[in-house]
Amino acid sequence: MLLIPCPWCGPRNQIEFTYGGDATVRRPAPEAPEAEWVRYVYVRDNPMGPHVEWWSHSAGCRQWFRLNRDTRTHDILASAEPGAPPPRAAP
Amino acid sequence: MKYSIFSVARNARSHHEHWPLAWRSPAPKPRYDAIVVGGGGHGLATAYYLAREHGLANVAVLEKGWLGGGNTGRNTTIVRSNYHLDPNAHFYEFSLKLWETLAQELNFNVMYSARGVLNLLHSPADIDAAIRRGNAMRLNGIDAKLMTRDEIAHWIPCLDCSPDARFPIQGGLLQPRGGTVRHDAVAWGYARAADARGVDIIQQCAVTGIRIENGAVTGVDTTQGFIATKKLGLAVAGHSGHVAAMAGLKLPIESHVLQAMVSEPVKPVLDTVVTSGAVHFYISQSDRGELVMGGDLDFCNSYSQRGNLPVIEHFVAACLALFPSFGRLKMMRTWGGVCDMTMDGSPIIGKLPVKGLYMSGGWCYGGFKATPASGWLLAHTIVRDEPHALNAAFTLERFAEGRTIDEKGAGPHAWAH
Repeated sequence: MLLIPCPWCGPRNQIEFTYGGDATVRRPAPEAPEAEWVRYVYVRDNPMGPHVEWWSHSAGCRQWFRLNRDTRTHDILASAEPGAPPPRAAP
Repeated sequence: MKYSIFSVARNARSHHEHWPLAWRSPAPKPRYDAIVVGGGGHGLATAYYLAREHGLANVAVLEKGWLGGGNTGRNTTIVRSNYHLDPNAHFYEFSLKLWETLAQELNFNVMYSARGVLNLLHSPADIDAAIRRGNAMRLNGIDAKLMTRDEIAHWIPCLDCSPDARFPIQGGLLQPRGGTVRHDAVAWGYARAADARGVDIIQQCAVTGIRIENGAVTGVDTTQGFIATKKLGLAVAGHSGHVAAMAGLKLPIESHVLQAMVSEPVKPVLDTVVTSGAVHFYISQSDRGELVMGGDLDFCNSYSQRGNLPVIEHFVAACLALFPSFGRLKMMRTWGGVCDMTMDGSPIIGKLPVKGLYMSGGWCYGGFKATPASGWLLAHTIVRDEPHALNAAFTLERFAEGRTIDEKGAGPHAWAH
């Protein structure tokens, strides 16, 4: 069971959340070359280790936020609201 | 030694203490004509067909752990070919045909049991979609049968077919030739047969790097040293992205964990495979009597071979909605396997953009049933340096070319397929 720290509501049970995928992909400019759009739509880093990803507190405050979670252990390292600097693990 | 009733009788006289080992454990040679990374069903099948179909004997399989210790030992043993889209239908039907004769081919009992795979239908829309898929299957020469609620209720008495059920059953789509295969036996059978044809199976040998010169593979660095080869096949689903990154490649794949579980063993109660897309659940009974069941992914990227309880709770709830009497059973074991989830839900079997590098991966939930065909086609692609007609559609380039094979129509979301 994951205890996910929503930046607004604090730690909550994972069943209240919906996953939104890799939060590091950036939408290219409309006139960007096709290869860049292919990378944006399909290709992922898929790291083995810390992964910055979108979550929505869909059965809570309904806000989106970013979570830094280790894909090997499911350890949650940090969370951050949209617009804030990316969530990093505490040193 | 050929396995037969006579060899069993002969060995009974010596109390079964003198059976020869099923395969050797050789030290790696400095150079191979082809190397397959991954000693699961897919990698061992690839090596077997390289030797059997193409006469390549100087082949090695490199496995970081032990044979069949990844997803080959973690799946729920179901085989079927009930697909709608042509590339999937032709590919999985080829695989099912190989399953039907695999025990004779390998001289190893893989316990293929054509007990049928039944997809439950819970709504008029479900029935329409099943008729469409069933007709597509039959046009592709695959067996499919639409069943009524009453036929299902008569066949599977423990299934709640009453109108009071939480999701009342209105019918089903059956593939009679679908069923189950003993998963460990597949790895062992292919390993023994490949070894008998001269393939070196090297366990406890993790690949740590892929060497490339002038855009062509020259070998692999491993925990047992450098091994040279010009043909390298990757059969490491779950970790395809991780291994492809050693060749500087990024794939349209995310790794996710898929859980399954078994109950305590009971007497025969369910003689087919029952699935429900509406409640995201499937179940069958193993030959040992355990009820084997599973459901959804955990829905967040993971390389951990274990998942979390909310998903287990979800598929137990689905189980009890369909089979109320199973509520009396105890759960014995749960586990998870790491799946390559592609962006269209279909696998990648073919050449990678480095000369001499090939992969079979991106199996999403469905790699086990593909094992024989995956190995056969990867072997063909490695030897010919071009795909066979049956895997020509499953390229890495299809994503950039707009030729995705999206059976479910879920779009480019790896965990939605």
